[in-house]
Amino acid sequence: MPGYWPHTEDEIQAMLADLGLGSLEELFAMVPPTLRLAGLAPLPPGRPEPDVLAGLRRLARRNRAVGEDLVCFAGAGAYDREIPPVTSALGSRPEFVTSYTPYQPEVSQGVLQLLFEFQTLLVRLTGMEVANASLYDGAASLVEAVHLAVGATGRHAVWVSQGVHPSWRQVLATMAAGPGYELVTVPLVEGRSRLDLPEGAPPPAAIVVAQPNHLGCVEDLGALRAACDETGALAVVTLDPVAAGVLRAPGELGADLVVGEGQPLGVPLSFGGPYLGLFAARARDARRLPGRLVGETVDQEGRRAYVTTLRTREQDIRRERATSNVCTNQTLLALVAAIQLAWLGPTGLAAVATRSAQGAHYCRDQLREVAGLRPLVEAPFLYEFALHLPVPAELAIERLADEGFLGGVALDPELAPDGHGLLVAVTERRTREEIDRFAAALAKVVR
Amino acid sequence: MSAPGGVASGSPLLGGAPEPTLLELSVPGRRAWQLPDTGVPETPLGTLLPAELLRDAPPALPEVSERDLVAHVTRLAHRQYAVDLGAYPLGSCTMKYNPKAFDALVAWPELNAVHPASPPALAQGWLALLVALEEALCALTGMAAATLQPAAGAAGELTGLLLVRAWHHDRGERRTEVVIPDSAHGTNPASVRLAGYRAVTVPTAPDGGVDLDALRQVVGPQTAAIMLTNPNTLGLFEQRIEQVAAVVHDAGGLLYYDGANLNAIAGVVRPGDMGFDIVHLNLHKTFATPHGGGGPGAGPLAVVADLAPYLPGPRPVRVGEDRYDLQVPERSIGRVHSWHGNALVLARALAYLQVHGADGLRRVAQLAVLNARWLQARLRACFELPYDQPCLHEFVVSAAGLRRRYGVRALDVAKGLLDRGVHAPTVAFPLIVEDALMFEPTETESPQTLWAIAQACAALVEDLERPGGPERLRAAPTRTPVRRVDEARAARQLVPVEGPPLPPEALRDRPAAAGPS
Repeated sequence: MPGYWPHTEDEIQAMLADLGLGSLEELFAMVPPTLRLAGLAPLPPGRPEPDVLAGLRRLARRNRAVGEDLVCFAGAGAYDREIPPVTSALGSRPEFVTSYTPYQPEVSQGVLQLLFEFQTLLVRLTGMEVANASLYDGAASLVEAVHLAVGATGRHAVWVSQGVHPSWRQVLATMAAGPGYELVTVPLVEGRSRLDLPEGAPPPAAIVVAQPNHLGCVEDLGALRAACDETGALAVVTLDPVAAGVLRAPGELGADLVVGEGQPLGVPLSFGGPYLGLFAARARDARRLPGRLVGETVDQEGRRAYVTTLRTREQDIRRERATSNVCTNQTLLALVAAIQLAWLGPTGLAAVATRSAQGAHYCRDQLREVAGLRPLVEAPFLYEFALHLPVPAELAIERLADEGFLGGVALDPELAPDGHGLLVAVTERRTREEIDRFAAALAKVVR
Repeated sequence: MSAPGGVASGSPLLGGAPEPTLLELSVPGRRAWQLPDTGVPETPLGTLLPAELLRDAPPALPEVSERDLVAHVTRLAHRQYAVDLGAYPLGSCTMKYNPKAFDALVAWPELNAVHPASPPALAQGWLALLVALEEALCALTGMAAATLQPAAGAAGELTGLLLVRAWHHDRGERRTEVVIPDSAHGTNPASVRLAGYRAVTVPTAPDGGVDLDALRQVVGPQTAAIMLTNPNTLGLFEQRIEQVAAVVHDAGGLLYYDGANLNAIAGVVRPGDMGFDIVHLNLHKTFATPHGGGGPGAGPLAVVADLAPYLPGPRPVRVGEDRYDLQVPERSIGRVHSWHGNALVLARALAYLQVHGADGLRRVAQLAVLNARWLQARLRACFELPYDQPCLHEFVVSAAGLRRRYGVRALDVAKGLLDRGVHAPTVAFPLIVEDALMFEPTETESPQTLWAIAQACAALVEDLERPGGPERLRAAPTRTPVRRVDEARAARQLVPVEGPPLPPEALRDRPAAAGPS
């Protein structure tokens, strides 16, 4: 029977004898016999590790991974970015991979210091004042931002831009059902959120805008601040961390909360997870932060040390009065993101964003030449843009796959009602030659 | 060159030397990054976007060489305890060995280079894998259908409670309360609140199980559900589970199983057979996916057939002979994750399930219980057992006796164990036990390791008898990279980012919301 327990049969018998038991089954004597499984659970028997891996590899090969044979122009919150071997190697250190939440700080300074550095880098990137040690993903960060805003304002309505990722908005809608939040949609007009007060709309706890938004357009965060000043709402920005390398920091533009998806910081596409949610705030909301927060302190000898702090915010202490139930988070991915940010540094992050933008603008210029294609909107964009196709986007994506491209993501019907909207992302990995071939392939499939 | 900026890196041969931060290591102009040559025209960014949208200067990130980065992170790794270094008997966390084979699996590009928005035709392998995992988890729990979206146990709990809410709602009912035992994990009451319910606590009976009389008093037409973990957080099997199920079901409520402790019973008893309607599983516990310093985990949720139409979507489903698609269940509560859940964690869990199979999983549970029971017996000499019954996969002892005799707390015992090379058990949980220490050795520790843990505890208690013993324990640990960390100061003078403490006025709450309200 394959497995990872060390016991020999002799040891098992000796341990049972120590306990005065005759068999392993007797360990479960307190379980009413009627509840116990009569035989085995209805699962196949175990198989040796090499056989299992071989079987799963066969299964995995039924996927089409992005790479040379499927050049990736898809984004929508998950980007095919350059991940250097150094990030993967350091992020695979078993000391980080196989530890848990640093409940014992004296033997957890490695994870704690790196998380503290992650918080520091995120604060510097966003222009905010505090950041937590990660949440599940971008959507979860958005939900927690809304919880925080509701707690801070005592209001129950939230205005959310149509430019926020549709899946994140769906997650927010799911989670809003519990506490009964009222979600008001702020429309995108010409690629930007129209933030004038909707007639009769309830006063918002938060107004949420994405930077860049789901169409790839760069929003005017000054307008968000103004709308929040007018309504007394918290200004929440969902920020792409790579875009933050070149765009003005939301913190400087008056954001109260900055959240986002950290995948672009060294995390593989991985069919959508594990990624990490980013969460940064103003100091005045430090006591409302969801999840874990690492703080600097000293040990008994006055040496610098790190520890999880403001613990009384957390679910295990606050219980039914807690405003977040987060316990396990995505620490390992936060460590990876910190390593990736340090590897890139200020110039590297700006270079990633700039090169992506250069590629995307070059790509859109090439696609403009294709008959029947037009940009969906003309607002300023960075590395992702929306096209209107003469054919349904899903059909184009299917055909592009045959040409060797993951051609983009079909836009939600809300943003492109006829189903002809295609969202195209270009990262720093895409070469001019790939972009030229992509333009030719797209011209072919929409013909 | 003198004082070149930045600091020298720490002392790599001595784990006790403090490690500088990246910002302290930073030297202006230094860099590690290299990006591919793409041949894309290098148009200045300022001509592509309006200048007012762009930063005046790049973000103030550290500037380090790759070599310095590697040394920094490696030295930090040396200041970190982990399962790979030894036993980690943290109760309720199931810190078992994480098989290396599954590290290889998640490095395959066929899995980790698949875009989550790929149309189903391009992700048949992933969808097949997810369906296989759902089916295996259902078989193991006695449930009918599952969602793999929740990224952790707490996310599974909240998802489950939202399902409860939607189910009652469809029956025209507005129930307001969820019952939880006083021994429950803290995530339970927090999830209850976020699902819009009120948490009602039911006390633990002297034998460690749910107090049935008290339960009958709090359960009624307002009860939406009860959340239980079985075995409970005392490591004890809830023997009256069938009666509990009857009380709650008769009142029209549902039974929610917190799967945090499934490692004790997987393959032996199924939550479905105990009467549960909804089950979440912590794959990072029972199914050996690594805990990652605090995450990622995965918290799939499995339900009985009645609740399947409410599961989050889109869900991977089998639509023909070995063909898979994504579909939204007809009464779905909606998405609970940006994409499909923590997919690579799910892949590891499936591999673990397939290696073990039904027989192996039962053996895992048996040996997890054997280890805990054997260690419980050894530790009887050191601590008090407030609920003195045969445990399952974990057990709770109390250091209250040591406190009375020597003035030391459970926390001191935990720190003393660190000095003796043993990772501490969970401290001060469950809340119903004074000076609680909760041990969960898991099945992957050998009898020799258990013996060493017991010896460490015995030596620690023995030392308390010696002159200066209590003072020594209160001063522990002394052999760790840092000594006892000042947690009170961390909260009092908050330093959440590198730099001076946040001034108290910065932490002051905003004035009441301006504008219309």
